[in-house]
Amino acid sequence: MSPLSSTSTEVDEQRQQWAATLADALGNGYLDHHIIPGSDLWVRVAKQSWVEVATAARDQLGCTFFDWISAIDWLPSPYGRDMNAQEDNPAQDPSETSKPEKTIEHGHAGGKTRFQMLLRLHSISAHMGINIKADLPDADLNIDTLIEVFPGANWHEREVWEMFGIHFNGHPDLRHIYLPGEFEGNPLRKDFPLLARRVKPWPGIVDVEMFPGEETS
Amino acid sequence: MNTADVHQRRQMDYVASQAADARLNLEIETEGMTLNIGPQHPATHGTLRLVARLDGEQVVEAEPIMGYMHRGYEKLTEVRTYPQVTTLINRIDWLGSFANEVPFILAAEKLMEIEAPPRAMWIRTVLFELSRIANISLFLGDMAVQLGALTPVFMAFRDREFVLNQIEAVTGGRFHPNFDRIGGIKDDLPKGWINDTKAVMGRIRDFCDEFEELVLGNEIFQARCRGIGIIPPAMGLSYGLSGANIRASGVDWDLRRDGNEALAYNQVDWKVWTHPDGDSFARYWVRLQETREATYIVEQLLDGLPAGPIMAKVPRIIKVPAGEAYSSTENPLGEMSYYIVSQGDLVPFRVKIRSASFSNMSITPWLLKGVFVPDIVTILASLYFILGDIDR
Amino acid sequence: MTPAFLQSLTGAVLALEVPYWVSSAIKLGLVALVIPTAALMLGYVFLLKMMSFMQSRLGPMEAGPYGSLQLLADGVKFLQKEDIFPEKADRTVFALAPLVVLISTFLIYVVIPAGPDAVVAQLDVGIFYALAVSSLSVVGILMAGWASANKYALMGGLRAAGQLIAYELPLVLAVMGVVIQAGTLDLQKIVTAQAHGEIFGWGGIGNPFILTQFVGFFIFLVAVQAELTQPPFDMPVAESEIVGGYQVEYTGFRFLFFFMGEFGTAFAFAALAAVMFLGGWALPWGDLTHWGFNIAGPVILLIKTLAVATLIFWFRFTYPRLREDQLQRLAWKFLIPLSLVNIVVTGIFKVAL
Repeated sequence: MSPLSSTSTEVDEQRQQWAATLADALGNGYLDHHIIPGSDLWVRVAKQSWVEVATAARDQLGCTFFDWISAIDWLPSPYGRDMNAQEDNPAQDPSETSKPEKTIEHGHAGGKTRFQMLLRLHSISAHMGINIKADLPDADLNIDTLIEVFPGANWHEREVWEMFGIHFNGHPDLRHIYLPGEFEGNPLRKDFPLLARRVKPWPGIVDVEMFPGEETS
Repeated sequence: MNTADVHQRRQMDYVASQAADARLNLEIETEGMTLNIGPQHPATHGTLRLVARLDGEQVVEAEPIMGYMHRGYEKLTEVRTYPQVTTLINRIDWLGSFANEVPFILAAEKLMEIEAPPRAMWIRTVLFELSRIANISLFLGDMAVQLGALTPVFMAFRDREFVLNQIEAVTGGRFHPNFDRIGGIKDDLPKGWINDTKAVMGRIRDFCDEFEELVLGNEIFQARCRGIGIIPPAMGLSYGLSGANIRASGVDWDLRRDGNEALAYNQVDWKVWTHPDGDSFARYWVRLQETREATYIVEQLLDGLPAGPIMAKVPRIIKVPAGEAYSSTENPLGEMSYYIVSQGDLVPFRVKIRSASFSNMSITPWLLKGVFVPDIVTILASLYFILGDIDR
Repeated sequence: MTPAFLQSLTGAVLALEVPYWVSSAIKLGLVALVIPTAALMLGYVFLLKMMSFMQSRLGPMEAGPYGSLQLLADGVKFLQKEDIFPEKADRTVFALAPLVVLISTFLIYVVIPAGPDAVVAQLDVGIFYALAVSSLSVVGILMAGWASANKYALMGGLRAAGQLIAYELPLVLAVMGVVIQAGTLDLQKIVTAQAHGEIFGWGGIGNPFILTQFVGFFIFLVAVQAELTQPPFDMPVAESEIVGGYQVEYTGFRFLFFFMGEFGTAFAFAALAAVMFLGGWALPWGDLTHWGFNIAGPVILLIKTLAVATLIFWFRFTYPRLREDQLQRLAWKFLIPLSLVNIVVTGIFKVAL
């Protein structure tokens, strides 16, 4: 089954039903959803419903397999997004070069804030997964921990805390997991510069390999 | 038995024994010992560090500390074009490198709405399984050497070499092929490769038979592994354990069969192996069976290899349309997946890498409570982690 | 060299009247020479070559013909290395520990007979003495484990102590069968008893006690394996758990002492097993008082010793490691009862026949 050829409506119906089940369970906390037929399901919930949605997905949808937790920083990188060498080498103050026309563009299921939580759960009986998003306002960058629902969330939340600076309320052991203890900053935020690139400019795309299919065209 | 029950009972047992010891310990004024295992330690094959609080030889509390090999791949992918990313993610699970590339390429293909031609898909699957054999055969030897048997690891290296030769013959790289491309694969198979590979698969099956007798059949190995590090299925799932670790707990779930990725697994006849015990022995057993099963998969795939192009039409400079895509495959270590967010650029906007070992290891603080020091080695070895796969 | 010349030489050596201190010095020098030789031989033949062949590789090939001088090269390398003391180590104890282990090995060699006259000291309680001094090495290992000021070393030392003490018992009890059958503790007389012995009235090959005491031989080998801390009983030095145990802080020639102690003891125990179970230096068809056995005896003993050593090392390269509690269980619940039964059965046969 490839994402293109499979237009099996049966699976699609099931995803619709999953979204409906979650909408019922959460009420006002349920915000939006997005379905790519035969491929994947995105659901966006309010921050307050974070633990509730995980519990509902586990108990009502059968998503017992805890896949991962992460976050997305939707801020367009002030250091440029392409491999273009000029964009990659900005002036001292990032705000001078950040282009005003580049605004935050959210992905599937929409969003309102710069930071979004992302949770992936999987049902090993239905062979389907679900992506759950939650908006996090900049002023209030914290969310409840999922350890009570999925104990495996412990390490993933530590990772998100250190990489994005998102605080998890109720997490027993929020400390660095990858980075040294005295590390400052949150590396996966878009405004955190990749220092290696500052020290030595990237040559950009210097060599494009010839593709086998291209020679014939 | 219910997960919570098992957990609770284990804890209660342990608390009771602690309480019994406590008074004696007070009388003779003993105190616990904190043992630092790693980051340089033979049992951690890499730079994992384990801080264990011991009471005699019993572990009171063990906490893995990683990050000594963190390379920041999720950040680095944001400044690399899609073809350049595969070079990078090759280094995540360095024993089965090719398998790392596949889910990323599949996710990118989903975004670009490109489908690789069937022949490319089949060759991808063949290489995927070869890297599984290359990865797991080393585990089969390594676990034995962790338990003190010196010889099996050399046999594992010996026979793994043949698989690596086959991978090298196709891709040009023994460890880091970087062979998968968006829309297909880089090159076709060389001449005579199919027959050579079939011969190698026969060898690997002999190797599996030998290990079934030499290691699995050994009484001491069984005494060291049976009943050690039992993971109840529900507990494992809620910690995100995947791959052979969860199948050894009796969960019949394999993304090669159950996932919705467009590889060629549904074209061949094979079996998902599970074991009901959930202990270290079961994990070894399942991996051994999977290695043997992989040889059958490879042979069938080679027999039915379709003809045709190996590359779909893709633009010379790859710009991926905006969107989000998720793709996960059953890698040698467990489920590996990539969540790609694209905003229509040459580079991905955000890539979340879900590596199997990170989740597999996250159960260790729970699992190591109350075991003995030699069992730490057994459990760590049987969970089978690659440091690059934990630290990314 | 003609036999006549050899005979006269042997006779002359035996007839030599030297002061006590000179003969003592010669004997000491001889034993001190035998230990490194034996350790090198076992190390090369088994550790480097037999293990390599079992693991489908060649092992060292460059130093000397077929790599035979590799261990000498290694020894020189060890001597060149810096002699490091851990900062918090108890320096005196730390420095003495390898010597204690080596001395324990040294003392075993004193009583092993290699010919009718080729023995350093013929003691009436030979086997008892040998087993007693062999357990001295425990003291050295505990010293090393404690003085290193390293947690791994401490655990290794404690494991070693528990293990070696547990396996003293089956070791001694396994020997009891031989002692009952031979009726003596003297190793020289045990050899004679085997050469002159008869199995149920038939004396064609004498009575190597391995035939009647096969249970004892088995227990002895298992216990020796544990005494030598070799797989499957190598928990005290388990490199994948406690990274070498009590040896972890040792470098240079002190580590070399441990190495020599290990292989020297392996040779000594193999020689003891050869003496007690395989007939020692004697062949059953010769006149044991013949002078020629002083020349041929060491060679015969060496061959038998290597045969036993092959068994010991074969186990070492094949088996995984037991856990500490499983090891104790094996000793107390299986080996000791079995050896007691063996003693009872031997006693019954001894009285009945």
